[in-house]
Amino acid sequence: MLEARGVAVAYGARTVLEVDELAVRRGETLALIGPNGAGKSTLLRVLGLLERPARGEVRLDGQPVGWGRDLLRARRRFASVFQEPLLADTTVERNVGLGLALRRVPGPALRRRSAHWMDRLGIGGLAGRPVRTLSGGEAQRTSLARAFAIEPDVLLLDEPFSALDAPTREELLRDLQRILRDAAVTTVFVTHERAEALRLGDRVGVVLDGRVAQLAAPEVVFGRPATPGVARFVGVENLLPGRVAVADDGLVTVDTGRLRIRAPGDEPVGRRVLVCVRPEDVVLGTAEGRPTRDSALNHFFGRVADLVPAGIQVRVQVECGDSLVALVTRHSVQELALTPGTPVKVSFKASAIHLIEREKAGGR
Amino acid sequence: MALIWEGLRRAVGLLVGLDREVLGITWLSLQVAGASTALALLLGIPLGSAIALTRFPGRGLVISLVNTGMGLPPVVVGLFVSILLWRSGPLGSLELLYTPTAIVIAQLVIAAPIVTGLTLAAVQQIPARFRLQMLALGASRGQLLWLLLREARLPMLAAVMAGFGGVISEIGASMMVGGNIRGQTRVLTTATVMETAKGSFDVAIALSLILLALTFLVNYLLTAIQQRRRPA
Repeated sequence: MLEARGVAVAYGARTVLEVDELAVRRGETLALIGPNGAGKSTLLRVLGLLERPARGEVRLDGQPVGWGRDLLRARRRFASVFQEPLLADTTVERNVGLGLALRRVPGPALRRRSAHWMDRLGIGGLAGRPVRTLSGGEAQRTSLARAFAIEPDVLLLDEPFSALDAPTREELLRDLQRILRDAAVTTVFVTHERAEALRLGDRVGVVLDGRVAQLAAPEVVFGRPATPGVARFVGVENLLPGRVAVADDGLVTVDTGRLRIRAPGDEPVGRRVLVCVRPEDVVLGTAEGRPTRDSALNHFFGRVADLVPAGIQVRVQVECGDSLVALVTRHSVQELALTPGTPVKVSFKASAIHLIEREKAGGR
Repeated sequence: MALIWEGLRRAVGLLVGLDREVLGITWLSLQVAGASTALALLLGIPLGSAIALTRFPGRGLVISLVNTGMGLPPVVVGLFVSILLWRSGPLGSLELLYTPTAIVIAQLVIAAPIVTGLTLAAVQQIPARFRLQMLALGASRGQLLWLLLREARLPMLAAVMAGFGGVISEIGASMMVGGNIRGQTRVLTTATVMETAKGSFDVAIALSLILLALTFLVNYLLTAIQQRRRPA
């Protein structure tokens, strides 16, 4: 119901956004992820008719939106929540009703809808509070209630949780997830947190360098990234360039020059590919024993090069010809007595591998 | 010292006795300053908001001019308004010189840059992101302006107070274009100067006390409102 076509935005000589086509389906939650500065927020402003692109058009229900007289009417079909709550200096209740007041919704309906959405967001008890006295979480709930109270055709969320502490964010994320499921409002949700995109998105779009690099179901984007850039952003840390050496009925062997890796695929012999393996799919074991012959499993022997704590886990870099990264628990690190130099066996299932064709992917 | 005590005693007598002439002068001062402040707001708020919210070539120069205007010497304003309104001047046919209207015009010239400059500063300090959020909530241009001014209402209040405070206490312009005509254009400041020159310290002190009280009231209200709204 909402589309961007041939949209380009440039600041000075720098093109910050170039999107050939992006269509948001009615009722879905589309999560846009990408690193900071990739153009996600710019794309959201263009979609929300808040920034006029240098080229291209935005369509609502198939009709191009003009930037003249009809703009306000079209814009009033949207509601936005930004990273900061950006509340007006008055009470919670009056903020929640602000969008409705701007639309000249009559008093009784305005109060009823405000009260309803304050309750839904758990701030019913704060109605009369001046917003200056709110905590960060309460303020963002007010901002969300203000957006939902409009009951918009399209809800635009621009990193609404990124300024909140972890527990507050988790609570709010859970509430938002429930409300989005119930209300089924068409939503575009911008975030740089992959976990948020996975939880909220019906589809995920990855924005890199001002372009939508991939737009698909979350499991596709995270499991089968279309380009090296997407792969890196969705957490694939092992990207090994190689060439298909053997192709055998749905299973190929890729030669990286140092390793021979078995992976599922139909690519012909000689095709240049990029082998993608997530670090959490890489298993470390003791270097003793003999390599088992197993077509579904890749084994390599190497030595630990580096250990970097990553939250409750540890990122272990192993040199085995190529350099591979494994994400393992602290417990495993202790059990295997891993220190730099320790010989280890690295294994990962063939089914954990995704191949990207390098010709198609280009440099991105 | 005796002079001061005697003056003070008789001044209090004039005030308590509600001297007709003193009341008349006070009332005219309030009317003239009130009218010029109101007109300055009418002119300065839209102008200040417009400069704050738009980008155009020469904007920096315009802002510099406004800021300079905030410190215009009333005597200079009085001179130019006098020339304008002089019998043989460009607006001489209106026969406004030495009328309260002339004082209002001169005080408007003094107060308008003050209101414009403070409005500009008040609106400009609201982050651009807030403006974007209000547009995203569906605000029209007019509604946006209203929301921004409401958001800036504290500094805007300062603009009102500064404008009023500036004109009620100025003397140069009132004297030059008003002429200090008894019963017609005599205001608190011009009357004070005249009474002092005459040596009528009691009346001068009484008038000064009223002026002080008005200034105090204005500042007290401003402070009270600001303190009440101190962020928690």
